[in-house]
Amino acid sequence: MSTAMERLWNGMVKENPTFVLMLGMCPTLAVTTSAINGIGMGLTTMVILALSNLMISMLRKIIPDGVRVPAFIVVVASFVTIVQFLLEAYIPSLNDSLGLYIPLIVVNCIILGRAEAYASKNPPAASLFDGIGMGLGFTIGLTSIGIIRELIGVGTIFGFQILPESYEPVSIFVMAPGAFFVLAFLTAVQNRVKMNLAKKGKDTSKIQSGCGGDCAVCASGCGSMTGQGGTKE
Amino acid sequence: MKELLLIAIGSALVNNVVLSQFLGICAFLGVSKKIDTAAGMGGAVVFVITLASFVSSVLYEFLLVPTHTEYLQTIVFILVIACLVQFVEMFLKKTMKGLYEALGVYLPLITTNCAVLGVALTNVQSGYGILTSTVNGFAVATGFLISIVLMAGIRGKLEYSDIPQTLQGFPIVLVTAGLMAIAFCGFSGMI
Repeated sequence: MSTAMERLWNGMVKENPTFVLMLGMCPTLAVTTSAINGIGMGLTTMVILALSNLMISMLRKIIPDGVRVPAFIVVVASFVTIVQFLLEAYIPSLNDSLGLYIPLIVVNCIILGRAEAYASKNPPAASLFDGIGMGLGFTIGLTSIGIIRELIGVGTIFGFQILPESYEPVSIFVMAPGAFFVLAFLTAVQNRVKMNLAKKGKDTSKIQSGCGGDCAVCASGCGSMTGQGGTKE
Repeated sequence: MKELLLIAIGSALVNNVVLSQFLGICAFLGVSKKIDTAAGMGGAVVFVITLASFVSSVLYEFLLVPTHTEYLQTIVFILVIACLVQFVEMFLKKTMKGLYEALGVYLPLITTNCAVLGVALTNVQSGYGILTSTVNGFAVATGFLISIVLMAGIRGKLEYSDIPQTLQGFPIVLVTAGLMAIAFCGFSGMI
């Protein structure tokens, strides 16, 4: 039980995929035009992440090391297809507003990253909770960005009017450029916090720097992928 | 012909893949420190996306549609892209050493570039044929090339500016991307 709680805490706070690891930037920027879209995308990703972690963890002794990344991709893509069908049938409005970004969950760095870093080395129960924790962390990140953009851009949160009628919405925040600005602001705050911690002499090595973290993870993921897959001649 | 041209301009500039669709952000932010590496990455992306659009639309038309398995598109496309990138890499290594050395580093990065899968899926969803898909793929990738080279140019200039310490690194790059996105909004009246 303690492992489960530790995994959940780790995913939501210590290694929050959006704010700490800076993973999965495409959906983070693209679908957060409103809080409800953010929470929808986050929960969809969480379901897929938890299921694929569970499945990959159960198969970890069967999948040969050399083809593990293609095998992971097939598992993830299958779950994405299933979840897409479910959304189409039961929540068509969410399916319409997320559109193309649902199938694109397949190439989300978080999912392959967790499969590679955690699920392929640990037992199923812990991997399941790792997936749920990471997914919740991602949901928190997307929802908070969605709330900020919706509040400034439309003046509502989850569709409820928050700011007074006299407020003139800054509609650029729900358009493409607004996504970049909100994320820039959030990473600047993160930089600031990190600087303050460094001044106090605390250990900041756990907090990765923004861009470096993201791209390094992506690059290493891909590097290992091709290293395993095709270059064996 | 006119339709193809309109689709091409629409995909390259108006609905720019990075700045209005948010696909391929990872590569856009990661490999845009210098103009020549950015151009290398852009070139590799143009090559792979054009090829992937062609192959995936051929497969969709002649394999998935006749067998009524259109719902497998996500799985099929991602596998095709992963294999294609491998294959292109091996092919270039054997036959065109110069091009391989120029693109080599960037090719493996492309599999997880969501723009490639995104374009393949958009082609199918918009009901494009094989020729239109290939043209659209090429145009989308050109849009990526344009924006990543512009970004690298701006970042080169930023090196010499006095940026507040809090904004250094990732935040200032995102602000720049936001301003570029505003500029690209200007194209939206074209079509």
